[in-house]
Amino acid sequence: MTTITGWRVTSGEAGGAVLKLDEPVSFWGGIGPEGDIIDVHHPQHGAIVTARILVMRSGRGSSSGTYVLAELLRLGIAPAGIILTEPDGIIATGALVAAELYDARMPIVTVSDEDYARIEDGVTISIAMDGDAALITLNP
Amino acid sequence: VAVPLTLTPVEEAMLAGEHGPAVALSMRIITELGRIRGAEELVDIESVHIDGCIFYGQAGLDFAQKLVALGGKVKVPTTVNVGSVDLIHPTLILQNNDREKWVYQGGRDLMQAYVDLGCRQTWTCAPYQMDSRPDVGANIAWAESNAIVFANSVLGARTDRYGDFVDIAAAITGKAPRGGLHLDSERHGDVILDCTSLSPETLALDVTYPVLGYLAGAIAGTTNPVLVGIPSDVSEDSLKAVGAAAASSGGVALFHVVGRTPEAPTLEAALGPNVDAPVQHITAQRLNAARQELSTAREDKLDAVSLGTPHASVDEIGEAYDAIIGGPALAEGVAFYISTGRSVFAEADRRGWVKPLEEWGVTFVLDTCTYVTSILRPGTRTVMTNSGKWAHYAPGNMGVDVVLATLGECVESATTGHVTWNRELFT
Repeated sequence: MTTITGWRVTSGEAGGAVLKLDEPVSFWGGIGPEGDIIDVHHPQHGAIVTARILVMRSGRGSSSGTYVLAELLRLGIAPAGIILTEPDGIIATGALVAAELYDARMPIVTVSDEDYARIEDGVTISIAMDGDAALITLNP
Repeated sequence: VAVPLTLTPVEEAMLAGEHGPAVALSMRIITELGRIRGAEELVDIESVHIDGCIFYGQAGLDFAQKLVALGGKVKVPTTVNVGSVDLIHPTLILQNNDREKWVYQGGRDLMQAYVDLGCRQTWTCAPYQMDSRPDVGANIAWAESNAIVFANSVLGARTDRYGDFVDIAAAITGKAPRGGLHLDSERHGDVILDCTSLSPETLALDVTYPVLGYLAGAIAGTTNPVLVGIPSDVSEDSLKAVGAAAASSGGVALFHVVGRTPEAPTLEAALGPNVDAPVQHITAQRLNAARQELSTAREDKLDAVSLGTPHASVDEIGEAYDAIIGGPALAEGVAFYISTGRSVFAEADRRGWVKPLEEWGVTFVLDTCTYVTSILRPGTRTVMTNSGKWAHYAPGNMGVDVVLATLGECVESATTGHVTWNRELFT
């Protein structure tokens, strides 16, 4: 069991299997209504983000991605949590709005580049918050 | 290590609910976003432009209607971007299937919610073409990428990249996080685009500017490009085209044109401390290649022309009038759209241009745009446009092929029904 300390972007607790993306995906135009990656140019085209801990280096794309993430959270098909290396206002806003509207709390966390490299695709992790610190446990 | 966001006593009271539940909800979003972005304080804003009024799903409608139910009202003058419906000509919007019907009804309800929140019914992506414009240095919170880049670059106002939900939260609170392009330190040029080798003929063409913008976005990404060698009398419409394309191919939110835009009286002023900014040479060859890349059409038969993305100005409608009226008729089977805002349309009508254009065959699209909602007839395959933004997005959004062309090429092709364009136009 390994623990990584990150920074809280949005609050919440989550657990699940990591889906680590080779490059960032835009929620608008990149994630479809079934929770799958629909961007045909994305290397993980077709992968399902639902209930996974989505790990990608940064956000990407249109500010209307807020809408798409809030809609995924409304429908209960969003990722369980998101881990990034830099904060992203678009993704954060989608989560903040869904928390206000639907009480759907999806944690978003940033980690250092070194810790990012330690989080491997497919591994099970849990995320919990302690103030502004985010505690990520690998293989809990 | 983040510096904590400090609020004034009034802002604390807003957050605590003393100004009502809609203000408190909006303030939670603004302050959380400020914390996430590392802002040390909030800034008072003078106006807001809302982009959240295009219908993408129930969550957006739920948010707007919740703010209405909580008694929300905008605190500063607030304009609205295009919606999903032309409220003046609702039958233009197709309702041929369940999805189109869902977008039509949801789109109408969403637009009504923003009216209920106190927004002006502008329904345009070009709020900068309206009567009141922000002054140089004014802090504003505008959403929609072309409006953002125009306000920062051409007007010299200051807005960061705001998007859906944050826009209305800023309008209801009159606040935004002080960060990003509100700060002097973020507004200097990062990369120089040297256009001095382009011929005077090329610099006088309308279609040069969307192509230039497309290249600028591809080169600059989310940084600030500085254009050198552009005529100092270049029109606002050309600058609009540069910005809209640069915000589509890249994430440009501010560009400078030396000798033309307010923060670039000289190259030195535009660059500030970035004296070693890299230089890219924009040649005619690069422009021709970029235009060919954007032009996906392989068919000879033309189905439609779409002008007015971003919304056409009064001058642009006048130029279309001059190019069309007195010439040949519109070819059978070709649709010809001009998208514009209500106030520009009213002025064009007052000048006597609308009726002759409509009699020739122009369809004016108000309140929305041909690349965001179902207007193009089923079976439309090949469309010509003078907009770099339209050319960038429509193939993905609408499944059509495009040719990015001059106004003259668009009109000539519309009268023959055949796609005609000079692939080596730029010199």
